[in-house]
Amino acid sequence: MDRQAAMQGQGLVETATPVAPRLSSVARRRQIREKVIAGFITAMAFTGIAALVLILVFVAKEALALFLEEEARKEASLSKMFLPQVVRAGRPAAFVWQPVSSVPKVSMIPLFIGTLKTTLVSMVVAVPVGVAGALFAAEFAPRKLREVLKPTIELLAGIPSVVLGFFALMVLASFMQETFGLDSRLNALVAGLGLSLAIVPVIFTVAEDALTAVPRSYREASLALGATPWETAWKVVLPAAAPGILAACVLGFGRAIGETMIVLMASGNAAIVSASLTDSVRSMSATIAAEMGEVVVGSPHYSLLFFIGVELFLFTFILNMLANAWTRKVLKRLSGAGA
Amino acid sequence: MKHTMRRAMGGALTSLTGFAALLIVAILAIILFDAVRGGAGHVTWTFLSEPPSDGMMGGGIFPALYGTAALTLLMTVAVMPVGVLTAVYLHEYAPPGSLLARAVRIAVVNLAGVPSIVFGLFGLGFFIHFVGGSMDRLLGYQELNWGQPGILWASLTLAVLTLPVVIVSTEEALRAVPMEHRTASLALGATKSQTLGRVVLPGALPGILTGAVLAVSRGAGEVAPILFTGAAYFLPDLPDKLNSQFMHLGYHTYVLATQSPDVEATRPLLYATVLVLLALTFALNLVAVLIRARTRRRASAAH
Repeated sequence: MDRQAAMQGQGLVETATPVAPRLSSVARRRQIREKVIAGFITAMAFTGIAALVLILVFVAKEALALFLEEEARKEASLSKMFLPQVVRAGRPAAFVWQPVSSVPKVSMIPLFIGTLKTTLVSMVVAVPVGVAGALFAAEFAPRKLREVLKPTIELLAGIPSVVLGFFALMVLASFMQETFGLDSRLNALVAGLGLSLAIVPVIFTVAEDALTAVPRSYREASLALGATPWETAWKVVLPAAAPGILAACVLGFGRAIGETMIVLMASGNAAIVSASLTDSVRSMSATIAAEMGEVVVGSPHYSLLFFIGVELFLFTFILNMLANAWTRKVLKRLSGAGA
Repeated sequence: MKHTMRRAMGGALTSLTGFAALLIVAILAIILFDAVRGGAGHVTWTFLSEPPSDGMMGGGIFPALYGTAALTLLMTVAVMPVGVLTAVYLHEYAPPGSLLARAVRIAVVNLAGVPSIVFGLFGLGFFIHFVGGSMDRLLGYQELNWGQPGILWASLTLAVLTLPVVIVSTEEALRAVPMEHRTASLALGATKSQTLGRVVLPGALPGILTGAVLAVSRGAGEVAPILFTGAAYFLPDLPDKLNSQFMHLGYHTYVLATQSPDVEATRPLLYATVLVLLALTFALNLVAVLIRARTRRRASAAH
């Protein structure tokens, strides 16, 4: 009923007469066929929603054993995952991830720290480079240069992450070690730099969209008042697009948290709790990738890996919703002001 | 005085942002240069047409090429109808302000942000253990038949991963079809579905193809989701059934890079594999860019 009203609104079907006209059987059949097709297409549209729900349900389902099964609850209770544990008698309590030793140690904290370190390094590099590059493309670059710049960065976005991981592992790691003489060749710094290669295009693209969405009239008004182009870019265009640029950074952050292959290949995969960026680290995503292959299906360790998956899903879900809200804010603010 | 200061600041900012843009391009160039320098000499016909030998220290990558192609083909067959019809719903059928359309859009945005490794977990939990396991029980198999990693499950997992790519680019393509084409068709007495099938979809075809190509290039390069849904370390035989495991270019790269007993000996093979993978994804992206540029030009000519 709703749809029909809307289609009338679009002028796509003629207005229904109060008394149903007598339709020929051909027309009647045609009408039924149209309804079936519309119903089928509408049903297909549920797939995207279904996929998202099924992902959460089936990843959470396998993690649920941690809370429901006696054995798993003993081996991997929440306190063992998040509070310091006495690993060996007489030693101070510590956070240790060692799920396959004779006494499994399942602290999530080393994985959180590892993920945070690589993500932080990648953000510190990718945000300035991505945003500045976008500002250049949107404000200062001549049109010709801009038309080359955008596809080039899209090309960078198209590089499979396993290739970036390979590059970080073979080239970047050797370069860093030779230059700085690091103890461990593979570490948070190398992984984070590799990661930044994957998220610069994300930040660039979204930030550039936000900047180009700023109406020309803003720039013209600013220039007419005597501001220089860079003053216009810095004090008018950038603030107007600020929520969108924030969204770009948040999206990049989410991508960095979940990215797997680069970190798996370039981080060294040692779950060390420390503040140093030149220690090897183990991230959440790389832990799933590295350990899922050898785990016994249904064991507490198996459920733990799915639990990490739930955490990753929820983190990125929240970040996406925030980014989405901020992107919309830019469009709304600009279209509201432009009208 | 003040004026020159302002000028200098402007110059500084312009060159600083320009430097950032240059840096991105330079990094891309370095990666390409490194891959070409390391791999170009080793990409020969033999390398492309033979299986690995000597415990992966020699031979070629044919099974990995074949596996990647078969995987992405199955994925495309699975994702295109669903993605295109979802976009058709969003752009052609959804009533304005429809709650369902809004929910679908939110789902698509979030689906695009789900980490690829979580897709792998989903494929394992849903396709392999739930769907495959249930199939085995229903069909009465004693041993694992469908409830184990295989090319079908890996490609369905990738299909879910690439769904947002297809939906977004198809919707863009539908938006580019002028409204007059639809109204003209309807005015001639065609039904909505006839208009869709004979006017709207053919008009949007280049854009839809772009979406397919982008999905293929994305799907062909993803390794995390297939780590435990079907990719194999080494297989002497090509996958011949939907539940066989398969070799994959990206996974092969990962294996050669991280688990080789002799790094120096594998290096040429590794570089050559990377070069092939890069060339494939770049070629696909280039095709997408070209189709899109042509469509845009045609669309702007029509207006």
